[in-house]
Amino acid sequence: MSRNIWTLPQLPPNVAAMLRYALKRLLSLIISLAIASLIIFFVIEVAPGDPAQFMLGLNAQPDTVAALRAELGLDVPKWERYLNWVGGMLTGDFGTSYTYRTPVAEMIADRLWVSLPLALYALTLSTLIAFPAGIYAAARRGRAGDVTVMGATQLGVAIPNFWFAMMLVLIFAINLRWFSAGGFAGWDKGLWTGLHSLTLPAIALALPQAAILARVMRSSLLDILGEDFMRTARAKGLSRRQALWRHGVRNALIPVLTIIGLQFAFLIAGGIIIEQVFYLPGLGRLIFQSISSRDLIVVESVVMLLVFAVIVVNFLVDLAYAAVDPRLRSRT
Amino acid sequence: MSLLTIQNLSLSIHGTPILNNVSLSIAPGEIHAVTGESGSGKSMTAFTVMQLLPNGTKTTGQVTLDGTDILAASEDTMCTIRGNDVGMIFQEPMTALNPVKTIGDQVMETILIHKAMSPKDAETRARDVLDRVGLPADRFPLSRYPHELSGGQRQRVVIAMAIALRPKLLIADEPTTALDVTTQAQILDLLKGLVAEEGMGMLMITHDLAVVADMAHTITVMRQGQVVESAPTQALLADMQHDYTKMLFAASTHQVDLPDKPAPSPLLEVQNVSRDYRLPRTQLFAPPGVFRAVKNVSFTIEKGERLGLVGESGCGKSTLTRAILGLEEVQEGQILLDGEPVFSGHKPNLAVRRKMQVVFQDPFGSFNPRHRVDRLITEPFHLLPNPPKGLKREEAIAEALIAVGLAPSDARKYIHEFSGGQRQRIAIARALIIRPELILFDEAVSALDVSVRAQILDLLADLCRQYDLTYLFISHDLSVVRSVTDRVLVMKSGEIVEQGVTEQVFTNPAHPYTRDLIAAAPVLPDLGRGAA
Repeated sequence: MSRNIWTLPQLPPNVAAMLRYALKRLLSLIISLAIASLIIFFVIEVAPGDPAQFMLGLNAQPDTVAALRAELGLDVPKWERYLNWVGGMLTGDFGTSYTYRTPVAEMIADRLWVSLPLALYALTLSTLIAFPAGIYAAARRGRAGDVTVMGATQLGVAIPNFWFAMMLVLIFAINLRWFSAGGFAGWDKGLWTGLHSLTLPAIALALPQAAILARVMRSSLLDILGEDFMRTARAKGLSRRQALWRHGVRNALIPVLTIIGLQFAFLIAGGIIIEQVFYLPGLGRLIFQSISSRDLIVVESVVMLLVFAVIVVNFLVDLAYAAVDPRLRSRT
Repeated sequence: MSLLTIQNLSLSIHGTPILNNVSLSIAPGEIHAVTGESGSGKSMTAFTVMQLLPNGTKTTGQVTLDGTDILAASEDTMCTIRGNDVGMIFQEPMTALNPVKTIGDQVMETILIHKAMSPKDAETRARDVLDRVGLPADRFPLSRYPHELSGGQRQRVVIAMAIALRPKLLIADEPTTALDVTTQAQILDLLKGLVAEEGMGMLMITHDLAVVADMAHTITVMRQGQVVESAPTQALLADMQHDYTKMLFAASTHQVDLPDKPAPSPLLEVQNVSRDYRLPRTQLFAPPGVFRAVKNVSFTIEKGERLGLVGESGCGKSTLTRAILGLEEVQEGQILLDGEPVFSGHKPNLAVRRKMQVVFQDPFGSFNPRHRVDRLITEPFHLLPNPPKGLKREEAIAEALIAVGLAPSDARKYIHEFSGGQRQRIAIARALIIRPELILFDEAVSALDVSVRAQILDLLADLCRQYDLTYLFISHDLSVVRSVTDRVLVMKSGEIVEQGVTEQVFTNPAHPYTRDLIAAAPVLPDLGRGAA
């Protein structure tokens, strides 16, 4: 029996379509990453300022600078440095920080263990608030409940998050003493302790996002409620509520997923203000510090990591689209 | 004993009266058609029976379905009646199904929501109904999604959902308006068969009098929320009591008085034109496939001629229209207007482009709502090297508006201030204003009520006489094409299968496909024109 090893085993058509779709998205993910790494490397390279010169100060001898350049690997052609950089990242070696002389991988890993859980925590909170609020508002369009929820989201969008973060500290840390006012307890003291110290920052990040997400959920669902198939559902004998949950919500998810993807990307890197308010050792502060000290290798690596996160999140959002909407699966 | 009785039903939405003293009744096994033009309240009557009315609706009168007083029934009671005792079919099959659920789930939902059977039996029943409506298991498994089906097939799924629990009453709101004639004929046959077999009563809402005459046992004619006339079909057709009914039937068989054709001299020449679309790649490194939407089409339109182009959706008539207008480049062959190509050097040829204009189907979607009429109808001026300015521009606007039966003062109004028929007149004025030689009408009267349609067709004949125009009339509506064209082309799967003098093609079609089309199109029985 000759069987081509490349033919996939017999899969149900829906699964096969989903798999084909996922492979396609994966290919475009790899291409995007390659292009992004090129852009990041060369844009940062053309930025003025020689790291070796910067590290040694203005009065350094030219031969000392040259020696340091050689040590840092800055004396080889750009292309070779790019390939070294990419090759290093693929094997987990992000180079050595110019300023701190510690491996960049370690620095990033430490920070990532704060930023990533914080982003996921905030995203979970924001989704848990936004979905019910948006669906509730859409179901009661124009009535008191809708007006109240929409008023609240208006406030949520308008309030600056650092001010909101300070209010949270004032109330829950200083007055009620439920949480500490800042700093991160670390994960080694247990999951609960870690989460506890991330709670106030997560709320501060989540509420404005939840306000936006709830508005998107509401308007998307309202569009769907006006669709012909909602009337068909009612004509079958579904009550308003049944029709909303069985036929409305899933169809309304596509724009909502798009926003969730964008928000997650923002939450990973964009928490810098909140990190400052709560003294959290996160990625945002790392990137800020390394830009000020011209620690290019750290900047490059963190930016690449953020790009990687954004692209992976987009990939996941694409998969989620296809899981929600069968039309996307078959468009191969 | 009648199944559904509507007595003195009046309805208003936020104080605006919509229905006024409507009464009708339907017996089991009876097909009762309610017809009338848009705004007559026929759909609202149907939605009252389902109690699926917009917010702010007030109803008075009595609606009794099989002993239940519908107007007094609670929402919970209505939920048990909908889908169980009454099934409903809608106009737009393309959007009537939930795109993210399989057809099996959607048919089963009707059964499960009423807890009529166990999920396993419901699945068997869903399969049976889908078989019954002509969607056999081998080609249409329950796991299909709506987007994998055509419009006619989707309408069959909607019908399957509506009849899954063998309701006593079936309400069909314009069930075939969005479908091609051959599909329409099949769906109408299916509905007729179902009513006869299951003994259901059917309330059918339609504006298409030919369908009504063919299907219904009883006809009710409505106008502005009131019943004008109601009688058994044969009696009503033989002896119309009301002037409005007579006018409706006369308008739908309206014959246009076309001016004579001038001596033949070619205006538009389409020579061996093919148009390909690239298909998405199926494999990463294989070359993408192509879909040939128009296959080696040739024809000529003579100056002053009215040419019809008929065919069902997907036959390539829209693609051909876009190619003629120079909106898309063709892959093979060429299109010449007055001897010059419409597309030269990969760009539309403006010198030719200004000699033709187009009028589209949708009088609501084809205007920018934020512009005034004068700006809307002068849009084609951008094709001219020296567009008229100042007083000359005003004169051109006034002349175009008068030509289509509107007043020069309408130039300062916005589009929402006009009715559908008036908007279509404005679309014609927009086409007319740069004095083109050729006007393409892409389903230009399909969205209009019959009485308005008759007026617009008369207008087209007048304009043709005044301005020496040549028309290309693209439509799926055979009766319209028959009344306004001299010659007709029949298109199928990208090819022109038959062309000839209109009357000859219609009375003596040569190609089997043309014969199918003409046989499928419902026709009004000859009522004796003198009576109307």
